[in-house]
Amino acid sequence: MSIALATHDLVKNFGGLRATDHVSLTIHTGARHALIGPNGAGKTTLINLLTGVLTPSQGNITLEGENITRLSQHARVQRGLVRTFQINQLFADMSPLQSLCLAVSERNQQGRDWWRVAGSDKAHVDEAEEILTRFGLRDVMMQQTRFLPYGKQRLLEIALAIACKPRVLLLDEPAAGVPEEERHEIIDILAALPKDVTVVLIEHDMDLVFSFADRISVMVNGALLTEGGVDEIARDPQVRAVYLGESGHE
Amino acid sequence: MAPSAHQMMLDQARWRWSESLFWLSSLAVLFVFPSKALLFSQIAIMGLFALSLDLILGYGGIVSLGHAAFFGVGAYAAGLMAKHGMGDPLLGLGVAAFVAAVIGWLTSFLLLRGSDLTRLMVTLGIALMLFELANRMAPITGGADGLQGMMVGPVLGLFSFDLFGKTAYLYALTVLFLLFLLARKIVHSTFGLSLRAVKGNALRAGAIGISVSGRLVAIYTLSAAFAGIAGALSAQTTQLVSLDVLDFHRSADVMLVLVIGGVGWLYGGIIGAIMFTLMQDWLAGITPQYWEFWIGLVLVCLVLVGHDRIKTGVQSMVARLGGKGGAA
Repeated sequence: MSIALATHDLVKNFGGLRATDHVSLTIHTGARHALIGPNGAGKTTLINLLTGVLTPSQGNITLEGENITRLSQHARVQRGLVRTFQINQLFADMSPLQSLCLAVSERNQQGRDWWRVAGSDKAHVDEAEEILTRFGLRDVMMQQTRFLPYGKQRLLEIALAIACKPRVLLLDEPAAGVPEEERHEIIDILAALPKDVTVVLIEHDMDLVFSFADRISVMVNGALLTEGGVDEIARDPQVRAVYLGESGHE
Repeated sequence: MAPSAHQMMLDQARWRWSESLFWLSSLAVLFVFPSKALLFSQIAIMGLFALSLDLILGYGGIVSLGHAAFFGVGAYAAGLMAKHGMGDPLLGLGVAAFVAAVIGWLTSFLLLRGSDLTRLMVTLGIALMLFELANRMAPITGGADGLQGMMVGPVLGLFSFDLFGKTAYLYALTVLFLLFLLARKIVHSTFGLSLRAVKGNALRAGAIGISVSGRLVAIYTLSAAFAGIAGALSAQTTQLVSLDVLDFHRSADVMLVLVIGGVGWLYGGIIGAIMFTLMQDWLAGITPQYWEFWIGLVLVCLVLVGHDRIKTGVQSMVARLGGKGGAA
């Protein structure tokens, strides 16, 4: 099996705090790989390192064999490494249609087109509309994003990443804050992602993790604790200790 | 049948009848009030300057307290050309735009990181440095006495500048209109949409593959060129360049003008310039020493009431008068 994304001995220090502690992670192509761990385990820091929001203090990152450690955020996106955010990061003043059209145009290297009206390229608009339809956002695609209900915004958060045609998709708690009765929309969307897209899921919700993932890595205190198949992890006494310990605090 | 998504995207850039009305009126005022031509050309130049600020503030989200730097550089470039025998106005505009763009491009890299406060201070600092440079280089710039001996030729070799400012206004208005069309084209393009994305959420803009720095450098450079052209127009139509073109009050005024007219709207700068200059002209006649008091009062009221409320009011009025929707 080929490797989609890998880190080698990745370290990130914030002053005296080591947020990422020698993490070597291998994600296989087409995997549904979950990254779990208690709050403050360094999951989001790791995502920020992978996507180029942060620069590692040490170690390197490869995407399909290419060293991307020093590449800018947008250069990684152009190579197919795309993420969503735990807290919605949307374009509040733009409509979902405009946001999606922009993402599709950027992917097609048309973002610098300063002459033609945005949306001139019918193929791009059609693709944006198709994604919006798939995500159940077609009815609200002309509204300003800021006025959309939270659940719809959460779907748009993922739709925007899909418009970048990811080869590796990093989902940072996609169901965070979504009420129980709307969760199934997110879960259905995740289940319907194309099989050739590699997905890394960061999640707190164990039901979601166990139903979606085929491989799980557990992080504690910035380091990888263990990695394995779903059953393996579910039985692992170390993991149970970490999670029981955490739930004990709640 | 409901319009297609494709049509809805294109509709956002549609030219509205109210826009034609606006530009035709701006031409008509010259024939109704021919004696005010000099004042009108001042307005057109201020409008272009404020439009240039709107490109970075309203579309790029970059605050600046030193935009006079580019206005001043453009004014000196055009002034020096006219002084040294190259008095063709369009050539002057071109050189002014180029020089201002180069300085804009070079300084744009200082604005990529940091907060709004950092950007305010960096832009302010650059304008201060240019002011003192112009002051120090008196043999070239004329220093505090201003640039002497400009000889500006006729526009296109045909239309000489007259005492009443008729040519000046038509020239300034034409340049403003053409550059407005260009700016309008740009903000409605995919590039313009990407600027809105960068301004709205730079983190996400990067995450959908937009080079945030690249876009900011591009719009800052373009804005500097526009401001340089405004400065050149001012130099050519008044045949005068003094240190005042680089002064801090000019940077502050243009910000005031844009805020009065509304940020992120393109027409805001022009409407602000009309209101500001007319108010200044009228109030200065009534209370020559204290007119800025009233400008200040208007500014405070406008900012507190908010443009959106005023704009919705005007738009619903326009809609009732006929047609649909307001301008841009």
